[in-house]
Amino acid sequence: MEFIAVFAPLIGFIITGIFGTKMGKWPSIVITCGAMFAAAAASIYLFYAVNLQHAPYTTVLANWLTSGELSVNWALRIDQLTVVMMCVINIVSTCVHVYSVGYMSHDDHQIRFMSYLNLFTFAMLMLVTADNLLQLFFGWEGVGLASYLLIGFWHHKHSANAAAQKAFVVNRVGDLTLALGMMGCFAVFGSINFDVIFAEAPKYADTDFVLFGQHLHAMTAICLLLFIGSMGKSAQILLHTWLPDAMEGPTPVSALIHAATMVTAGVFLLARLSPLFEYAPEIRIMITLVGTATAFIAATIGITQFDIKRVIAYSTMSQLGYMFFALGVSAYSAAIFHLMTHAFFKALLFLSAGSVIHAMSDEQDMRKMGGLWKKIPFTYVMMWTGSLALAGIPPFAGFYSKDIVMEAAYAANNWSGQLAFWMSLAAALMTSFYSWRLIIMTFHGKSRSSQDVQDHVHESPSVMLVPLFILAMGAVFSGAFFYEPFVGGEKAAAHNEVSVGHEEQAAHDEPEVVTHEAGGEEGVWSRQSFWGDSILVLDENDSLQAAHHAPKWVKFSPLVAGLLGIFMAYLIYMTGPGVPEKVRHAVPALHALSFNKWYFDEIYDYLFVRRAFGLGRIFTKADRKIIDRFGPDGGAVASGATAKMFSRFQTGFIYQYAFVMMIAVISLLSWFVFRAGQGG
Amino acid sequence: MAGLPILSIMTFLPLIGVLIILMIRGEEEAVARNSRYAALYTSLFTFAFAVYMFLNFDGSTADFQFVEKAEWLRPLGIGYHMGVDGISMFFVLLSAFLTPVCIISAWDSIEKRVREYMVAFLVLECFMIGTFCALNSILFYVFFEGVLIPMFIIIGVWGGPRRVYASYKFFLYTLLGSVLMLIALLVLMAKTGTTDIPTLMANPVAPSLQIWLWLAFFASFAVKLPMWPVHTWLPDAHVEAPTAGSVILAGVLLKMGGYGFLRFSLPIMPDASAFFGPYMLWLGVIAIIYTSLVALVQEDMKKLVAYSSVAHMGYVTIGVFTGTVQGIEGGIFQMISHALISGALFLCVGVVYDRLHTREISRYGGIVGNMPLYAFIMMVFMLGSVGLPGTSGFVGELLTLMGAFQINTLATLFASTGLVLGAAYMLLMYRRVVLGPPVNQDAIEMPDMNKREIGLLFPIAAMVLWLGIFPNTVMDRIGPSVDKLVADYQKHVKIELEMTVDVEGKKEEGAE
Repeated sequence: MEFIAVFAPLIGFIITGIFGTKMGKWPSIVITCGAMFAAAAASIYLFYAVNLQHAPYTTVLANWLTSGELSVNWALRIDQLTVVMMCVINIVSTCVHVYSVGYMSHDDHQIRFMSYLNLFTFAMLMLVTADNLLQLFFGWEGVGLASYLLIGFWHHKHSANAAAQKAFVVNRVGDLTLALGMMGCFAVFGSINFDVIFAEAPKYADTDFVLFGQHLHAMTAICLLLFIGSMGKSAQILLHTWLPDAMEGPTPVSALIHAATMVTAGVFLLARLSPLFEYAPEIRIMITLVGTATAFIAATIGITQFDIKRVIAYSTMSQLGYMFFALGVSAYSAAIFHLMTHAFFKALLFLSAGSVIHAMSDEQDMRKMGGLWKKIPFTYVMMWTGSLALAGIPPFAGFYSKDIVMEAAYAANNWSGQLAFWMSLAAALMTSFYSWRLIIMTFHGKSRSSQDVQDHVHESPSVMLVPLFILAMGAVFSGAFFYEPFVGGEKAAAHNEVSVGHEEQAAHDEPEVVTHEAGGEEGVWSRQSFWGDSILVLDENDSLQAAHHAPKWVKFSPLVAGLLGIFMAYLIYMTGPGVPEKVRHAVPALHALSFNKWYFDEIYDYLFVRRAFGLGRIFTKADRKIIDRFGPDGGAVASGATAKMFSRFQTGFIYQYAFVMMIAVISLLSWFVFRAGQGG
Repeated sequence: MAGLPILSIMTFLPLIGVLIILMIRGEEEAVARNSRYAALYTSLFTFAFAVYMFLNFDGSTADFQFVEKAEWLRPLGIGYHMGVDGISMFFVLLSAFLTPVCIISAWDSIEKRVREYMVAFLVLECFMIGTFCALNSILFYVFFEGVLIPMFIIIGVWGGPRRVYASYKFFLYTLLGSVLMLIALLVLMAKTGTTDIPTLMANPVAPSLQIWLWLAFFASFAVKLPMWPVHTWLPDAHVEAPTAGSVILAGVLLKMGGYGFLRFSLPIMPDASAFFGPYMLWLGVIAIIYTSLVALVQEDMKKLVAYSSVAHMGYVTIGVFTGTVQGIEGGIFQMISHALISGALFLCVGVVYDRLHTREISRYGGIVGNMPLYAFIMMVFMLGSVGLPGTSGFVGELLTLMGAFQINTLATLFASTGLVLGAAYMLLMYRRVVLGPPVNQDAIEMPDMNKREIGLLFPIAAMVLWLGIFPNTVMDRIGPSVDKLVADYQKHVKIELEMTVDVEGKKEEGAE
């Protein structure tokens, strides 16, 4: 079953990649979408078999690489965490595939597009099913490649190519630290297989390690590298600049790759490696801070953007920040929970935005929209659904996941968690503000587009609306439905006293742990039974446990912030059309900071891009002016005799060249023979 | 076929081809055609033998195989001794594979002196295979030096406008290094009384002598590899050489340097290798960063690929001198992978050069529309060069860095920036040549690849992917030889791991 779930998209990609243009459009569409339906069905079955029956397993496919002690397999690790990810990936991907049938129908290269989507899905599945860091890295770079291909899909556009390259290169910065982290794991544990690493981790909790000349705590060093690795793919602050530019790609790509799945790979990575991160408390504080900063800064930028897709992109970045600080306070399952609900509502938002863009003849600037709600009512409703979920209004999915994330941060009982809570509260207010700013600017008021565009405004075909509806179902119900198994459940008080059992927990499989911990109460509290051993949280870090006892006002404050944001947006954009202008003039510096995305691009361009090209030019000159001048050229010039000799060489007769060289070799040899003959 | 002296057959079969070509008489047209076919069939025969060797190679032992011994210069005890182990076998295979590739690639693009061209390539093949098979140091030297002659001629006669300068630069650099190596070989012989490489490997020379010997060998191998700062001959040689010359230069000639380090420096002079190891590591790092940055600003496609070669060879330097299993295996793998990828990239440049007769990046742009197959195949090799997992380039880079990480994390950090820079310059070139809006009318009217070009490049692409997904094809065979090399090396030199591990009270101090 896991073969279908993982390899169906690969087969779809290969078939349509090779024969696509010969087969024609419709067979290709049937194959790519069919592959996705099969994969989605298989992963739902796996959800039943693995998560509900508590039966994780690993299928080894082949040995990939053996070098000395290093031995790595191609394998499919099917455990609870993997299957949750597989379900999210395959379901969202299926929706996006179907949506693309309609959205890309006017594009000449639709076959190529569908085929790339299949490739992406396959790479993402390889990432989540990896049982070692190397295969994870394969998927990690594979999704990067697919992202590169899809962002640059319209390759006649300069901006698209530039954005694609930027995405690839910036991601590579993260990738290389991830690779270094992997090497660190090998250096410390002698293996990069998850089972070995996780079993060994507790033993190395006090190991020292010299990294880059600094004496560091081994786990801290490794986790630092792995964490920086995850920042690139998940667009955390400092390595985020590629994500907004990535919106140059077609909208279904933004929905699938840059909202629902690929950008959450970093979240998955950290959750997967929870048995390592649990032993690196300093790094978890760092994760919390980075996540918080990302959530906050992205939200401030989102307020002033005018490109409909960029607004949603910054909200994605902001929500990824939420997931990261949840990881930082050891609320891994809450992060995955938010990842799942976010995948649904953010894909919904993007695809709705795509529907708007489709209706507006490819216009993305919200200043040229307005008054659309009567003409495209279904899309309007979908946009509301997604935004309500994003803002965390009950009973939509985002309410449950955002709440538990923020409660966990509050309850984590350290200063970074507190900071995360308050900053994310501010971010939540801004989130709902810019979401309704988007809705109002797009759908309400007078139309600001040209007459020609207005005449063509139409609701999208049903092949695009049905996937929207399915995602909307997810955005409405997934929160309430999965709250209990994902993050719910009280741990029995007795467990807090059992501190011995935990180090073995990583090493032993479930039945043994059950027998080890007296009472066999493992099955009682739901999130432990749901996640099994796929996520490790040490008792003293269990912020989710504490989150369920958070004060009432903590539980309600995100909701209040969300409602307040909506109200402010309504006040400013519905009733007071001049207000945004006034605000801009009142605080020009702040507005400029936000509008120009905190100048990250400009700073990086100055610091890195121009420096790299400048150094390249200097070194090119150095090759000529220094190395050559004092090396071969200088040598030739300095010795007049040599120069003359060489000028005589330039006769152009091949045999002379050969002759001279052979003479040299032979004479040296005979000198040697002569000497050795005498000596011997 | 079991009793056949297969290595000698492979080495000297090309020379028989040369004789046949030299006997061809008739119209110029007919001579050209016949010499093309004669060269092709000869090299294909040789390749068939190489495949036979590959299939019959026993991957479970570190011993030399297909060994041949004969008397040669008896009074001196210099014997004719051939054999391959896991380290050299793949280079023999590569040489035998790339020669027919070169001959096919030059099918239409070389129009003058076809006969001489084919002769030069066959002679080159003889020397290349001989270099990797030779197990006698003098024999090795003869082959190693012999390679210079045909290569010098190929660049000097069939090269571009600055071919004379480039060929002399190439010649001057390499000869200077080689002369020093010859002296070292003679000293080695005088001191140990043998020229037999396996004997030398089993009995390394005295540590006091090693430093000077090592430096002399280094001079030769560093130029060949090439290492920074003696790399400047390479871009010139590549730019001026005809396509096939670049392919063989990148594919095989550079590997002789790395092979030399593995065959001579590490086993025969282990103490000196350990002494110079850290410097070599940093030289590798400098090569990677320096040449990657230079590649970033190149306007000439061939020059860009040439500089990227130097960067990729930097990984080889690093890997070899880590003295770890992963590092050395990675270094060998990187050489094999680079031979395929870089060779193919030069072929890719050749494809568009044959059509437009320019290598200026800015003269192209937007050719994906008229050359989709070309865009695809170039994408594969570009990604291989970038080191994307699933291509062979990844395995080599990863393993070398993994080896280096155990020795020196800081150097590894700097070296790994090559992953980012590599992505930057390759993607930039791809974007400017293949993607973007069409700019030049003649560029977007170029026809897509013909059958000959497809037949050349697709098998290489398949090999690049195969080695990325199943690298054990190589690893299984080089494993025992490398294990033995590392074990012998460590017998003499204790590799100092940078890590300090403190598990359950046991403390192993490590030097930084």
